[in-house]
Amino acid sequence: MTATVQHLVPPLGEPRPQPELAVTESTLPSGLRLVVVPRPGVPLVELRLRVPFAARSARTAAQHSARTTVLSGAVLLGTAAHDATEIAQLLQAHGGELSVSADPDRLLFSTTLLAEGLAPVLGVLAEVLTSAAYPSDPVAAERARVAERIAIARSQPAVIARTALAARRFGNHPYAEQLPSPELVGAVRSSALRKLHRERVLPAGSTLVLVGDLDPAAAADAVGTALAGWTGEGTAVTAPPAPLLPPGPLEVVDRPGAVQSNLRLAGPAPTRTDPDLAAVRLANMVYGGYFSSRLVENIRERRGYSYSPRSSVDHLAAASSFLVEADVATEVTGPALLEAWYELARMALTPVTEEELDGARRYVLGSMALATATHAGLASTLSALVGAGLPPGWLAEHQRALEAVTVEEVQAAARRYLQPAGLTAVVVGDAERVTDGLGALGPVEVTAAPVAEEQR
Amino acid sequence: MERFRLENGLRVVLAPDRSVPVVAVTVSYDVGMRNEPQGRTGFAHLFEHLMFQGSANVPKMEHARLVQAAGGTFNGSTHQDYTNYYQALPAEALERALFLEADRMAAPAITEENLRNQIDVVKEEIRVNVLNRPYGAFPWLQLPRIAFESFANTHDGYGSFVDLESSTVEDATDFFHRYYAPGNAVLALGGDLDVEETERLVRRWFGPIEAREVPPTPHTGEPSPTSVRRGVVEDPLAPAPAVAIGWRVPDPVGDLDTYLGTVLLAELLSEGDASRLERRLVHDDRLAVAQSSYVGLFGDPFDVRDATLLTTQVHHPAAVAPEQVITAVNEEIGRVAREGVGPDELARVQARAEAQLLRQADSVLGRTLSFANAELIHGRAELAGELAARLARVTPEQVQTAARGLDPGTAAILELRATGGRR
Repeated sequence: MTATVQHLVPPLGEPRPQPELAVTESTLPSGLRLVVVPRPGVPLVELRLRVPFAARSARTAAQHSARTTVLSGAVLLGTAAHDATEIAQLLQAHGGELSVSADPDRLLFSTTLLAEGLAPVLGVLAEVLTSAAYPSDPVAAERARVAERIAIARSQPAVIARTALAARRFGNHPYAEQLPSPELVGAVRSSALRKLHRERVLPAGSTLVLVGDLDPAAAADAVGTALAGWTGEGTAVTAPPAPLLPPGPLEVVDRPGAVQSNLRLAGPAPTRTDPDLAAVRLANMVYGGYFSSRLVENIRERRGYSYSPRSSVDHLAAASSFLVEADVATEVTGPALLEAWYELARMALTPVTEEELDGARRYVLGSMALATATHAGLASTLSALVGAGLPPGWLAEHQRALEAVTVEEVQAAARRYLQPAGLTAVVVGDAERVTDGLGALGPVEVTAAPVAEEQR
Repeated sequence: MERFRLENGLRVVLAPDRSVPVVAVTVSYDVGMRNEPQGRTGFAHLFEHLMFQGSANVPKMEHARLVQAAGGTFNGSTHQDYTNYYQALPAEALERALFLEADRMAAPAITEENLRNQIDVVKEEIRVNVLNRPYGAFPWLQLPRIAFESFANTHDGYGSFVDLESSTVEDATDFFHRYYAPGNAVLALGGDLDVEETERLVRRWFGPIEAREVPPTPHTGEPSPTSVRRGVVEDPLAPAPAVAIGWRVPDPVGDLDTYLGTVLLAELLSEGDASRLERRLVHDDRLAVAQSSYVGLFGDPFDVRDATLLTTQVHHPAAVAPEQVITAVNEEIGRVAREGVGPDELARVQARAEAQLLRQADSVLGRTLSFANAELIHGRAELAGELAARLARVTPEQVQTAARGLDPGTAAILELRATGGRR
């Protein structure tokens, strides 16, 4: 059958050159870094403003996380000149809608906008950055909504799994703090938000990325004019180094009655500047990083245990991670973990084939090209890279590194980063039904799901 | 844009754009959840999975490998009225993708082993998306039961486990022969392609597929409701209640102009912090934690036929009674129906709608899928490129008329009670 295929499958044509990115970088007197990329295509501009927003220390992490979560909604509740509705209307007139999101490293202001609206939208952004008012009555309402949304998020099994995994991997580092407690959220006052905004929403250390239908010089001028008044004393805070905790026994987070178990395995991965990164990314692909991977072929296409098993490499400022995720039927929890481990060990102990490596390599390169082919995709990619302190040229450099990786390097990387013994393991599921089977694979520790406890 | 039809009936749409070296290859079949017969709920989606199990000249897993090892991505999705298969690839892989799509249009590998395997996979998909999470079926699997009458419109398109497990290879073969004829499909290609060369390649790979009879498009329209219909579902995993209100809207295909007023009304009601319901429910009255309104069961107003809904969905604290939410929503819609909408507000809503359409069109794949949907559902691929301009021409009167159509006396109302919740 394979012979027939190779005979029939049309060969690939000559690759066509990727368009060169014309990246213009500058730094404003305030310290704000500006990255502008003009691109052909639709008459839109994508805007991303990344403000470093890590907790200063483990001691303050819980409170910082609660305040940051409220701030990311409350920052849009009004300025000295406009209320929340007026701000939204000013943006909407240019096709925009500002969203503010937070993760353990940063705040991100983002919007799409019609190209003609760049100057007015930057004006609204400046107003929010320099004179967000945090009016106390609307802030109180926002606090209540945030608490409700956290309760809803905590009822999601994927969130329970992520929270348990972070707690186990990061101990008392700020990264362990995934969702703030409703009590801490309830205690956030307007005055604390104003103080946090004043001290931490600073141009120095922040990066503004604009991609799309624009003229770079005119865009830089518009930014310089609109954001001239955004100043502030202080320097950006980045997260302290994350600890490397031993994996410990497998943790079962009890979710009585669950019809599925959420398997999660995670461990450290190389940072974006580590020469091992390219090899680990490719090892990750061969293992479970895409559909044509060993994990998918095994537990989905051969055994039907899981719909969407996957693995990934991701980066926070102070910790990069290799992560395996599979949601599997309760009755096959033990066998599914066994197969996931087996495929990890196979990666660590035996070489991948040249064909597997080439497929993974071409996919990673191709999907990077696809992901950066839209204004939005390119803007988000550049925001993450430049925000992490890397030059925009890192993308091309990383592509060259991926092209050079050998089978031996993949195996060495897998041996170090993918070996099952090095990974922290969490299973969210019905403990009564899954613990026995999992116990056959090694020591198991059962804990109660935080939500389940709250419900009783 | 170029359109032509092969002798076997396959409709082909070519939308070249050579600005980035990427192509999109999409095949959409005119069969979806609404075509499923009684006793075979979920079959359209199960069959979608079977189309990835290999074909006459492509072993299992090889479709994925041939696309991904060329640097491309792929997927498929099942909707109410159609099922599509698509890949985005570097331009040099165009012919390979055409070969793969033609091979499975001619002869997918429908075997007992593949069927059993994919029934298991689909059950896990339903567990992860519906059964093992709060709000999993809300409201898309639950509201249609209340809002509509016919089996086509009311049944669970994900499928019952009983129906899925009793599916046979013969069912799948019959389904394929009935619905996957070349004359029942649209092949839409977009991106970095040469029109003449692409037409030659399309004829080479798809031309030899034999023509088969094309089934008539089922009539899925229903008489308009004349009363309020209500239902309650209990969700033991949800920590807080929610309510969904669905109103029948004009025929998306037969009465597109009136329907466009409804599409903008949904934006006016719910899109962003400036919208009527966000202000009223979330900020002013503080009745809601989150709200949204959309037209079409899956949120795309331009890929559905009649009958369909405008749905307003609200998550609210347990301390707020659903009646308070419903009353406030009806008051806001009543205000638009009575007083209309000012030109400034409508212009802002139109600007936002335009930006969202452009954003979708910025991706070669997103743009090509819109052309495919417009060809399949509306019979005119060009419509996808005209939507922004047509929405920009919608008048305040059209939006007011749309609001008058959302009669509180004909709404379908679904309450979700959080029976496992905190309070």
